Amino acid sequence: MDWHFVFSQALTQAIGPTMLVYALGAIGLNLQFGYTGLLNFGQAAFAAAGAYGLALGVVAFDLPFWLSILIGLGAAMVLALLLGIPTLRLRADYLAIVTIAAAEIVRRLARSTVWAEWTGGSDGMRGFSETFFELSPFPKDATWSLGFVSMENGRLTVDLWLVDFQYSNRDLWIMTVGWILVAIFLVILRLLVHSPWGRILRGIREDEEALRSLGKNVFAYKMQALVIGGLIGAVAGFVFALSRANVQPDTFTTDLTFYFYVVLILGGAARLFGPLLGAAIFWFLYNLLSQTLNQAVRADLIPDAMLSTTQIGPLVFFLLGLGMVLLLIYRPQGILGNKRELMLDVR
Amino acid sequence: MSDSETEQTAAGTEPVLDGREQHRAAVAALLNVAPEPGVAKPDPILTATGVRRAFGGLVAVDVERLEVQRGTITALIGPNGAGKTTFFNLLTGFDQPSRGAWEFNGRSGARLRSYQVARAGMVRTFQLTKALSRMTVLDNMLIAAPNQIGERLWAGLMPWLWQGQEAAVKRKALELLERFQLLSKKDDYAAELSGGQRKLLEMARALMLDPLMVMLDEPMAGVNPALKQSLLEHIKGLREEGMTVLFVEHDMDMVHEIADWVAVMAAGSLITEGTPEQISADTRVIDAYLGAHHDAAQH
Repeated sequence: MDWHFVFSQALTQAIGPTMLVYALGAIGLNLQFGYTGLLNFGQAAFAAAGAYGLALGVVAFDLPFWLSILIGLGAAMVLALLLGIPTLRLRADYLAIVTIAAAEIVRRLARSTVWAEWTGGSDGMRGFSETFFELSPFPKDATWSLGFVSMENGRLTVDLWLVDFQYSNRDLWIMTVGWILVAIFLVILRLLVHSPWGRILRGIREDEEALRSLGKNVFAYKMQALVIGGLIGAVAGFVFALSRANVQPDTFTTDLTFYFYVVLILGGAARLFGPLLGAAIFWFLYNLLSQTLNQAVRADLIPDAMLSTTQIGPLVFFLLGLGMVLLLIYRPQGILGNKRELMLDVR
Repeated sequence: MSDSETEQTAAGTEPVLDGREQHRAAVAALLNVAPEPGVAKPDPILTATGVRRAFGGLVAVDVERLEVQRGTITALIGPNGAGKTTFFNLLTGFDQPSRGAWEFNGRSGARLRSYQVARAGMVRTFQLTKALSRMTVLDNMLIAAPNQIGERLWAGLMPWLWQGQEAAVKRKALELLERFQLLSKKDDYAAELSGGQRKLLEMARALMLDPLMVMLDEPMAGVNPALKQSLLEHIKGLREEGMTVLFVEHDMDMVHEIADWVAVMAAGSLITEGTPEQISADTRVIDAYLGAHHDAAQH
C-alpha cells in the first residue's frame, strides 16, 4: 500500500479541475435551492447548455471562442426562461418535475443522430479548447525548482514531504481560471444574499404567499434566481468541457445534477462556502476511497474473490451513498449549516 | 396611481388626533346609513359589485354589492363556509373571480395581482399566520418595506446605494416592534414566537407598508386570551391612524367591542349589514349565523 500516493492523489484532486466543476455547479444550485428554495433538478442541463453552446459555436459554426462562450451563456438563459415561465407560478414541485425531464430532453437531443453531423451524436465534440489554452501563461517546457515547488517540462509539483500535489500544464491554467471564477461568484453571491434582494429570496423560501401579500413580485425574483443559478451552471459546463477538451452528452446525466446536490447538502445549503467545502470533501473522499481500494486489491490485501478492480467504482458510490445517509441522519444541516435554524418547527 | 400615492403618505404622516376625528366623522356618517345589504356609504374606500366565485357547480361567493366606509373598522361575519375567506382572497388578488369588479380607492382592483393589490395600499394578513419562520423577527419586518432600492438585482451588488434607506427602514421597523411589544424578540426566529405573537408580528409587518386599508383574516384565531385584549387595542390603533380595517371574525364579543359596522355573509352572499347593535337584533342573522352555529355545536 502506497499511502503517500493515495493521499497525494486524493488531495491533488480535492482542489483540482473536476472539483471546481462540482463547486461551480453547486454554487449556482445554492442560489436556487439553498437561498430561494427552488428545486432545480436540471442543473446538468444548464452545464450542458454552456458546454454545448461553446463546442457547437467553435466546432460546428466556426465562430470565435469568446462569442461561443456568449452563446453558451445565452443558451443557459433561454433554458432558464423556458423552464421558469410555465412553472414558477406553480407550486415548487412542478419546477422539480419539469427540470428533471427537461434535463433528459437536452441530453437526448445532444446525443440524437439527427444532428450528429454537427453535435457528433453520442461521441460528442472536441477541438474547441485551443484558443483557451493558447492564453495560458504557463510555459509548456518550463523546468525550474524553488524549494519544495518544482516545474518539470510544464508539470508542477508541490512536494510537502507527507503528500505532494502534481498538476499538468493544462490543469494549472484551468485551475487558475476556475478558482478566479469561483472567487468572483462567491463575492457576487455574498453581496447579493446580504442585500435586500437576497432577503426577498430567503422570504420566498419561507413563504411566497406572505411575500405576495407584502407587495413583492415573487415570480420575477424566482426567475432572477433561476437565471443566475443557471448561468453559473453554464460556467461549470465551460470548465467541465475545457478541462476534458471534449463534450459528451452522457456526462450530463441526472447523476451530475445529483452530485451537485450531494456537494451542496454536504457542505451546507444556504451557506456561502458550503458548495466549495462540499465539493472539496466529496471529491477528496471519492478519490481517497477509489485509490485505497485500488491499491488494496493490487497489493492483494483484499482477495480477488471478494472484490475485483471493476467492482471498485460501484462500491465507492455505495460507500459515498451510505455516508450521505448517515450525514442526513446525524448532521442534516451539512458541515457549515446552522442546526438551530434547521431544528425549528416550520409547519 | 399618483392619487393613491399622495393619499398613502397622507395616511402615514397624519397626527393621531386627526385620525381620531376622522374616525368620529366616519362613525357619524354611518349613523344615517340604513342597515340593508349593499347599502351605499358616504365615502367608500372599497366598492365591490357583482363579485362571484364558483368552484365548478359550487358558488362560494356571490356578493351583489358591498361598500366599505373609509376610516372605519368593518367586520365580516358569517357561519363556517359562508365564503368570507374566499371573498377576502378575491379582494386581495389571491384568487380570481368568475366575474365581478371592485374599486379600491378609486382604482379598479379586479385585474390586479396580489402583490399589486398590496402596493396599491390594501394589505392583508392570513388566518393561518404566515410568519417567515426561519428568518428573524427583525428581518420579517425589514422585508416588508416598500420601494427598497436594494431589492433590485443590480443594486444588491452596490451596498452604498441602499444602506441609507436600509437604516431608515430599520428605524421604522424597530419603532413598530416596540409598539407591538416584540422589540425584545427582534433577533429570535419567527418560528420561536407564540401563536399570538406571530399574529402581532404579521400585523406589525403589514404596517411597514403604510397601508390605506388592512384586511385581517381571523385575527383572533389561535390567540390566547391574555394577548387578545392587546391585539384588540392594536386594531383600534389602526383606525386612529386613519386606516380602514376589514376583518373576518367568528367571535361576536370581539365584533361588538371594536367594529363600527358589520357585514354578514351566509352561503356566499351578503345577507345584511348594520351597526353591531342592529346586527344583534336582526332575525336573519340569528337564523343564518347563530342558527348555523347551534347546529355546528350539536354535531
